Amino acid sequence: MSTSLQTVTDIVAAPGAGQAALLQALLAVQDASPENYVSEEAVNEIAHLLGISRSRVYSTASFYSVISLKPRGRHIVRICINAPCENAGKQAVLAALEQELGVGLGGTTPDGRFTLEGVSCLGACYMSPAIKIDKQLYGDLTAEAAVAVIRRYREEENIGHTA
Amino acid sequence: MGTQLDNAKSVFRLGLFREFPTLMHYRDFGGYQALAKALLGSPGAVIGEIGAAGLRGRGGAAFPAAAKLQMVRDNPPGERYVICNADEGEPGTFKDRFIMTHIPFQLLEGMTIAAYAVAAAQGFIYIRHEYPEAQETMRRAIAAARAAGLLGSDILGSGFSFDIEIFSGAGSYLCGEETALLSSIEGKKGRPRLKPPYPTQSGLWGKPTLINNVETLANIPPIVGRGADWYRALGTADSHGTKLISLSGDVASRGLYEVPFGTTFREIIDNYGGGIKQGRLKAVNIGGASGVVVPPWELDCPLEYSACSQRGITIGSGAVFVMDDSRSILENVRNRVDFFLHESCGKCTPCREGLRQAGRIIHNLLDGAATLADIDNLERYTRTMQNAAFCGLGQAAGNSLSSSLKYFRGEYEALCRDRDQAAPKEATA
Repeated sequence: MSTSLQTVTDIVAAPGAGQAALLQALLAVQDASPENYVSEEAVNEIAHLLGISRSRVYSTASFYSVISLKPRGRHIVRICINAPCENAGKQAVLAALEQELGVGLGGTTPDGRFTLEGVSCLGACYMSPAIKIDKQLYGDLTAEAAVAVIRRYREEENIGHTA
Repeated sequence: MGTQLDNAKSVFRLGLFREFPTLMHYRDFGGYQALAKALLGSPGAVIGEIGAAGLRGRGGAAFPAAAKLQMVRDNPPGERYVICNADEGEPGTFKDRFIMTHIPFQLLEGMTIAAYAVAAAQGFIYIRHEYPEAQETMRRAIAAARAAGLLGSDILGSGFSFDIEIFSGAGSYLCGEETALLSSIEGKKGRPRLKPPYPTQSGLWGKPTLINNVETLANIPPIVGRGADWYRALGTADSHGTKLISLSGDVASRGLYEVPFGTTFREIIDNYGGGIKQGRLKAVNIGGASGVVVPPWELDCPLEYSACSQRGITIGSGAVFVMDDSRSILENVRNRVDFFLHESCGKCTPCREGLRQAGRIIHNLLDGAATLADIDNLERYTRTMQNAAFCGLGQAAGNSLSSSLKYFRGEYEALCRDRDQAAPKEATA
């Protein structure tokens, strides 16, 4: 929590900030949260720092699909659901991801590692079907390739934990 | 990628900038000469050159760029802003992402020249959240430009000062609508505002604001640097310059292509995209989710504002999405209606309820539960959305519905329970 509050303080203190800082503050807090969300505590703090009501903060936070008010996994797996990806085989990739992760769209794995979400166009229609894990784009996917990507994330995290 | 324009006839010179270019690389190929030239002349001269070039907005509305610059310039002295709309959310479009990740300095140079023309000291680039790599590249480019005296105070010793900040979107397609984008920067819900007043008079925090798409602003340095005559020689008498085309779907070579105006859609698919990958061409979606669905016989239409508008084709963002004969029109229309239903902000009834009803009918059609009367209702809802929705996005939400009903009505009727009673029709060709 202290990291994200520091981030908010920095954003609010930036020259020319003020109310304009709200959306950027919400995103920064969410990025700094290991559970990829904006907690009630964080909402209170943002409202306090910006000098606006909590309902204003909630009003903005709930409008934007990227902002989550509920805890999510450490990694957000986003699959593009628009027509170019749909036609290129998104359904098979989605089914494989759902099976490998054991959750549907919007679900978080019980170990708290992954949340699976649908997203609108990743600007990667030249390599559809595409997904994005956190900030990394993966394109030209097949069901097998998508599963391999997830397994690689798991392995890397396991190595990270034992090191 | 396939066919590429000769650098001498290209606005973007995509071949030169395959990887993330450094500022030095950009300057080696003539970058920032246009800014230096602009700063030596008057702001009026910059607007004059852009006007003579006939540049029109590349975000979809095709508004004359010089007229917009002039409107912002004509305000009483005071604070103004320049905003780059990089909320490229139109499904099937990836040109702005490519510009930001490959030629970021051309965008920065274009914004700086535009800021000089309208006397703005502060700019924002509103980049969608789905493009973290573009946000990162633009941040690095801004830092490099500042360090070289190309942004910040007293740019190139001219006395003109201008700086740019990145603003991240948060997953709302609607924020690509300019007034919704303004609300978003101001920390509010990204909902559109009533126009007028237009942003050129009352934009960000009520100040005059120039809002342009990434591609529009990136067109400015070549126009100012190489001149309006050079630019007008590209394209046709009606539409000058080139257009970035995001080509996707069932073609052999998907990708981003810079195409001179006047090229036909068939040439885009065959010459640039290498033709259909397999099977036969069935339909092409032009202009993204808010664009139209057209059959093969409309593809000899040239990419040109007037010719397209006469045939009801929306160039929009320049997305061209190709479908072969294994594709279902209804499935694709369902995808678009679902998309708009999710993205509708709910502010106005035609968009909010029209999409809900259209979605219900399309899903019923696909489930075999609809009748011919439903198709008539679908047409009515579509017309209502197009005529009465509050903002451009709601109005455009009906485009794929109305065009597919016009060209592919047979596919709709074939799914109806009472299809036997459909009036026999001649082919629409």
